[in-house]
Amino acid sequence: METFLQQVINGISQGSAYALIALGYTMVYGVLRLINFAHGDVYMFGAFMGYYLANIPWIKSGVGTSAAGAVFVMLGAMVLSAGLGILIERFAYRPGRGPTRFTLAFWLGLLGAGGGQMAGQTFTSVVLGAFAGIAAGVVLELLGIRPVRQESRLALLIIAIGVSLFLENGGQQAFGADPKFFPQIIPTTSFKVGPLDLDSQRVIVLLVSLVLMVVLNIIVNYTKTGKAMRAVSFNLDAAKLMGINTDRIIAFTFALGSALAAAGGILVSLLYPRIDPLMGVMPGLKAFVAAVLGGIGNIPGAMIGGLIIGMAEVMAVGYGQSTYRDAIAFVILVLILLLRPAGIMGKGMIEKV
Amino acid sequence: MGILDVRNCTKRFGGLVAVKALNMCLNQGDLYGLIGPNGAGKTTVFNLITGVYKTDEGSIELDGRTIHRSKPSSIARLGISRTFQNIRLFRSMTVLENVKVARHMRKKQGIVDAIVRTRHLKTEEDEIERDAMNLLKIFNLDARADELAFNLPYGSQRRLEIARALATSPKVLLLDEPAAGMNPHESLELMRLIRSIRDEFHITILLVEHNMKVVMGVCEKIQVIDYGETIALGTPKEIQGNPKVIEAYLGGA
Amino acid sequence: MKKWVFWLAALVVLAAMESSLRGLIGAYNYQIVILVGINIILAVSLNLINGYTGQFSIGHAGFYAVGAYTSASVVVYGGPAIRAATAFLPQTAQNAVLLLLGIIAAAIAAGIAGWAVGIPSLRLRGDYLAIVTLGFGEIIRVLILNIDAIGGARGFSGIPQLSNFFWVYLGVLITVVTVHNLVNSSYGRAFISIRDDEIAAEAMGVDTTRFKVMSFVISSMFAGIAGSLFGHYTMYLHPNSFLFTTSFYLIIMVVVGGLGSIEGAILGAVLVTVLLEVFREFGAFRLVNFSILLVLIMIYRPQGLLGAWTLFRTRKPAPATK
Ligand SMILES: Nc1ncnc2c1ncn2[C@@H]1O[C@H](COP(=O)(O)OP(=O)(O)OP(=O)(O)O)[C@@H](O)[C@H]1O
Ligand SMILES: [Mg+2]
Repeated sequence: METFLQQVINGISQGSAYALIALGYTMVYGVLRLINFAHGDVYMFGAFMGYYLANIPWIKSGVGTSAAGAVFVMLGAMVLSAGLGILIERFAYRPGRGPTRFTLAFWLGLLGAGGGQMAGQTFTSVVLGAFAGIAAGVVLELLGIRPVRQESRLALLIIAIGVSLFLENGGQQAFGADPKFFPQIIPTTSFKVGPLDLDSQRVIVLLVSLVLMVVLNIIVNYTKTGKAMRAVSFNLDAAKLMGINTDRIIAFTFALGSALAAAGGILVSLLYPRIDPLMGVMPGLKAFVAAVLGGIGNIPGAMIGGLIIGMAEVMAVGYGQSTYRDAIAFVILVLILLLRPAGIMGKGMIEKV
Repeated sequence: MGILDVRNCTKRFGGLVAVKALNMCLNQGDLYGLIGPNGAGKTTVFNLITGVYKTDEGSIELDGRTIHRSKPSSIARLGISRTFQNIRLFRSMTVLENVKVARHMRKKQGIVDAIVRTRHLKTEEDEIERDAMNLLKIFNLDARADELAFNLPYGSQRRLEIARALATSPKVLLLDEPAAGMNPHESLELMRLIRSIRDEFHITILLVEHNMKVVMGVCEKIQVIDYGETIALGTPKEIQGNPKVIEAYLGGA
Repeated sequence: MKKWVFWLAALVVLAAMESSLRGLIGAYNYQIVILVGINIILAVSLNLINGYTGQFSIGHAGFYAVGAYTSASVVVYGGPAIRAATAFLPQTAQNAVLLLLGIIAAAIAAGIAGWAVGIPSLRLRGDYLAIVTLGFGEIIRVLILNIDAIGGARGFSGIPQLSNFFWVYLGVLITVVTVHNLVNSSYGRAFISIRDDEIAAEAMGVDTTRFKVMSFVISSMFAGIAGSLFGHYTMYLHPNSFLFTTSFYLIIMVVVGGLGSIEGAILGAVLVTVLLEVFREFGAFRLVNFSILLVLIMIYRPQGLLGAWTLFRTRKPAPATK
């Protein structure tokens, strides 16, 4: 019984991390009907940002001893990741919805930098390549090369896969492919509650997740932007007609989702401090499974889905089936979807014919 | 007992009762009009008959066979075909291919035939092509057979939907506002065509139409529904003078 | 041209190329050519589900794995018995029999897996189906990791090398001809009608259930064949070759070339395989540039490089509205 309760606690903290990532998936799906495969990599990015922030010299002394240090690392990583989310939305997804500028310059700039690296492998060649790319992009745009309006969601999905590959492989270049160890940004203390062993990490993970979810609920349900978000989720075109700046709302949704993913990244890194550029792949997938499980587009659904997956995994590992760990989320998914094709909280809609 | 028998059918969407204990009986060869104001439930009746929606209560029979539990493709096989109020052509196919798809189910070709391209397949493909072209001729679409269906003008798309529906060799054909968007002259033309199709193919037609005049001109029997319930049933003459019908149309508008 | 003349000529040409190709282009290029061929089979078959039937599968690597491991098991564990039974044949003929048995087993096993995955596709649409196919792929991979008889996490080694240019490109030819004939028959029209408008397709008597499952089964059978050819070329299999990223790359091939066009899938398979191989020395860096290129193509040419262009006629790509 004790071990069972212990497992429940572990499952909830693992699950709340999945839930935080799942929320971003679900929100983005809500507004764009897009599986943002790059979301798991934003989670990785968040963890790395936390890592670098905690290693800034004048921060380092405060980290691990003061709450302010931990809060700074957390919020800083969330803000930076929100920025990344906005950037992804702006340059990868928005061009398919309508006219945007500098898209070509942005990507050709990156490609130029990459080409420069491959050709010369010096700083100058990278910078030269980047400038050449940007210049080419600007010129081509002036010549009238414009993004194509995306009619099919498939192309957008492939873009998401492309962005994900970019972040994973780019991450290996920028952060190094070897694992790093996330610093202890909060002091570790263990204590007993009744028969249960708890430690400060687990408690913090739980509390912070809880707070973030409450904050998210307040934003979505009680603020003007949140209401606009829900309007966009319900019907993008109608929301636009009603005068909502849908692009801004979508960008905001990405920012919010990415910030939550970053928070998830840091919280998980508190429990499992090994971080590497591919760390987002599996949790990203499982969080997506959690979102689908709960009924994609549904915010409480994502939280429930995350908890179910986290709990199931921890239970399975705890009861000696650890080699099957990565398959458990999917088995649950298949079983639940066969029973409820729209997910646990999703509403089955009859298509109007 | 008629060829198509709808008995006590009810369909709810959440709290909304779109069709309420509806009865309808078509006899072989009928050209039967189903009319009613916006949102009366006409399209929902079509969706129930063709199995797109499942009935909550009641039963539907075709030639004495229960069909309301079957899936749409089986119902189509049994002999009910339809057009859609908001056109649903196969957008990436040509005009001819749209009709061919519908012809397919009346043929027997195995997958091995298709993969190895047997002689049997070739003769059947030729038959399908010939049948499809004949149908297109009736609707004056043969000249545009190889164009994308998607590029046809609106009126032609509506006619192509009828041609496609006919290609399944139905016993009963359901037409949902086939004259929508046409001017009075075109509508009249189409109604004549519909009548001649009924006679030539010996089929039964159930027609939904918004425009009272058009329905009155072509149908022999008319059923009027409002809020999913029958409010009148009879010949055009009887319907025309029915105060309930006038009320429903004026009140509903 | 008579059918048998075509196939006879194909066999002769393939055999002639097999005997000279390695000497002409060197072992390294030969290997790339083989890889290209296997990816063509995978991409063309995946196109049947994703391009023609309009169902979104991102679990093709799972069927590929089922085929590879099934065939390798049949040959490794059944090999001695089969060789004994065919001892009267010359060595090459014995190898051919062995490989063909492996391929048949692979196709059957992968087809059954495809059938099992096709069933949920009846109830699930779009993104839900996508994630379930991905999940199936991952479940298969984790199962393989846990079966010791086929190497588990160590990988499956000691697989005899039976396939070569001749067999791989015979496979390519059969796949392309089969898929081409299929999509240009009433079956193909049924697949496309499902992609264009499922409700209208049902109303016109197309049993969408049956055709969806059929496209899954056929597609997975070919993926299984590709797996068999792969394992019997590389002589070693590891679950990491069948990660969902492999499925992603296959989708990329199909989409970059042009969804719903056989030529597009072929072009995509060739381009992606060759590009990634040629720049291999740059490691992960080539993937950075590759992913940027991918994004650029999708933003500026979402219908893929070839669109729905085919050698025989042009078909407008499905203007997906779902
Ligand atoms: N899939 C659905 N989900 C929810 N409500 C539906 C659905 N289909 C139809 N309805 C509702 O059922 C009622 C009847 O609709 P229906 O389309 O059958 O009317 P109709 O008589 O065909 O109207 P119209 O003349 O405008 O075509 C309407 O209130 C409609 O909103
Ligand atoms: Mg209607």
